Amino acid sequence: MSERNDVVTMAHGSGGRAMQQMIERMFLSAFDNPWLNEREDGARLSLAAMSEQGDRLAFTTDSYVIDPIFFPGGNIGKLAVCGTANDLSVSGAIPAYLSCGFILEEGLPMDDLQKIVSLMAQTAREAGIAIVTGDTKVVQRGAADKIFINTAGIGVIPGDVAWGAGQIQCGDKVIVSGTLGDHGATILNLREQLGMDLGIQSDCAVLAPMVAPLRAVSGVHALRDATRGGVNAILHEFSEASGFGISIDENALPVKSAVRGICELLGLEPLNFANEGKLVAVVSAQAEERVLNLLRKHPLGADAATIGEVTENPQVCLRGALGVSRQLMLPHTEPLPRIC
Amino acid sequence: MRFVDEFRDPKLAKTLIERLHKRAAQLPYTAEKPMQIMEVCGGHTHAIFKFGLDKLLPPQLEFIHGPGCPVCVLPMGRIDACCEIAAHPDVIFCTFGDALRVPGKQGSLLNARERGADVRVVYSPLDALKLARENPQRQVVFFALGFETTLPVTAVTLQQARREGLTNFSVFCQHISLIPTLRSLLQQDDVRIDAFLAPGHVSMVIGTAPYHFINTQFGKPLVVSGFEPLDMLQSVLMLVEQVCEASCKTENQYRRIVPEEGNVLAQNAIREVFQLSGSSEWRGLGLIEASGISLTETYSAFDAERRFRPQTQSVADDPRSRCGDVLTGRCKPHECPLFGTGCTPHNAFGALMVSSEGACAAWYQYRYLENEPAQEQQEMKQKVAG
Repeated sequence: MSERNDVVTMAHGSGGRAMQQMIERMFLSAFDNPWLNEREDGARLSLAAMSEQGDRLAFTTDSYVIDPIFFPGGNIGKLAVCGTANDLSVSGAIPAYLSCGFILEEGLPMDDLQKIVSLMAQTAREAGIAIVTGDTKVVQRGAADKIFINTAGIGVIPGDVAWGAGQIQCGDKVIVSGTLGDHGATILNLREQLGMDLGIQSDCAVLAPMVAPLRAVSGVHALRDATRGGVNAILHEFSEASGFGISIDENALPVKSAVRGICELLGLEPLNFANEGKLVAVVSAQAEERVLNLLRKHPLGADAATIGEVTENPQVCLRGALGVSRQLMLPHTEPLPRIC
Repeated sequence: MRFVDEFRDPKLAKTLIERLHKRAAQLPYTAEKPMQIMEVCGGHTHAIFKFGLDKLLPPQLEFIHGPGCPVCVLPMGRIDACCEIAAHPDVIFCTFGDALRVPGKQGSLLNARERGADVRVVYSPLDALKLARENPQRQVVFFALGFETTLPVTAVTLQQARREGLTNFSVFCQHISLIPTLRSLLQQDDVRIDAFLAPGHVSMVIGTAPYHFINTQFGKPLVVSGFEPLDMLQSVLMLVEQVCEASCKTENQYRRIVPEEGNVLAQNAIREVFQLSGSSEWRGLGLIEASGISLTETYSAFDAERRFRPQTQSVADDPRSRCGDVLTGRCKPHECPLFGTGCTPHNAFGALMVSSEGACAAWYQYRYLENEPAQEQQEMKQKVAG
């Protein structure tokens, strides 16, 4: 019986010839870089090169299980690069290296895997990030859903950067880098087969180039990328970690009308929707204009806006359309699982 | 955004609020004994809290949050029956998303799914019908829930299923009728409701005539209201004007959606498929006469309870919960001893905490922290941070 090459089979995870072929033809050729090409068990990274850029490493990991695996604006592979790279960027680091682990379900079309790997490679390359080590496992049909990816990343934090929620001061301004909820609304529309012609796509993007100029600005106190749980979750994290409250203004939130529409129809809040290419920054009042200008200079930050400020009163509040302020609760559960 | 922003215009809102303050001063009510306006519908309750409308009202006016959230008044025993049907291995059980987390005595439909039942969220009963066509070897059951708002679409779905001769589709009927409930509320002793904001979407189907008894028999003014802040402020103003002018009638603020006669096509579809079937149990309110709805004989073959015969279960609410008192305006959600401690949205004990449109859930989402002294909150935060 001839071997099937159009879909992933258990043989592709067996450690034998089929696996070697897939690694060579698919992963090595796409990710192609000196560290990976050494084909050792672990990538060997030069400390000297990294210490020229900074004095601390940032190290992070994330797993990606999004359903569907292809969506307007990207696929699970692009997401796996952007998500982990962005976690590094908002830590103040220059993202440098990624690992990637694939868990593939038997029967996954090889074409789908190829598309995912190609876009991963392209996304990483464009951002100057090398995928230096990896792993592949194949599980029986039903034991996973098509493809799960884990990536871990290392970046270097320059000596003069010390961002963190502990730096947040009362009176600081809260800035978002663009429109909220594009990713969540796109996935919701697709997954629930709402069939709405929204004309939007996932905002999935590597934020590093937009974040880079912020490292030189004094008065930048804390950054987070607003993924699962949306901006609301980040505001609560900032509030809990700093002991201060945050008051935001509903009228100031940048939200595309398609996203607002889907939220109005279904009774959801754009603030709770996931983003994959948006950050929340807390900066001093003095730094506000400079940060806004720097963000807006980059295409990813064109819609950057100040949405509120840090307050003494330790609640997270939203000032609504009619000027009445109300508490902003964190939902107990997500409205939509498996969005990243 | 069209159809939204024009109904949230802060300038127009300010004009309406100023007018309300001026007219309310002429009312025979005071801050100590305010005019209590029941907004019947959960959608209205949600809008009041979301936009803080109650905080904009003059002190002589107060909202009471009514029973118009079909998920909230869903008795626990009915959920248990749903879970029992969903547990059949050949059943695909379809429900609206907000019924998924409602707890029965034996857990929620979400718990049933965790135990292996095939429970799916749909946005319309027509989606469930589609599933039935696509899965001829499975039994597809739709959990039909709601007031007259959702009755027509269930009716049309069943008409379609009958035309197609589908034998693997049925509905678990938990539809209820709103009007008997309003009557029952008004018949209670020491009821403190002075006026009604009637639900826009139910009225879109039934029209305005069914409310007249509230004016004629009980002497309470009523305005059918839309759901945006300006709709609601205008409706409250219309009620205040009625009281100031000593009139008592049914008025329609939501004319852009609600024709006086309602939707006749929808009414006909309802009449063909459904019938009133005696009393029905409402969670938090008990048995209400003539509020239950069942399938007519022509459609009885589509009745999931006939097909699967789940055990009838009656589950009493915890006597400590004050759902009924909140619904009748005798107390505010946070005055219930279980609020925020024994009863929270993720561990709902009482009816009004179950759905996000319930009065207690809305209070919890938008107001909870306001009831705690600031000092305690600070300490709580510091504990979390430390």
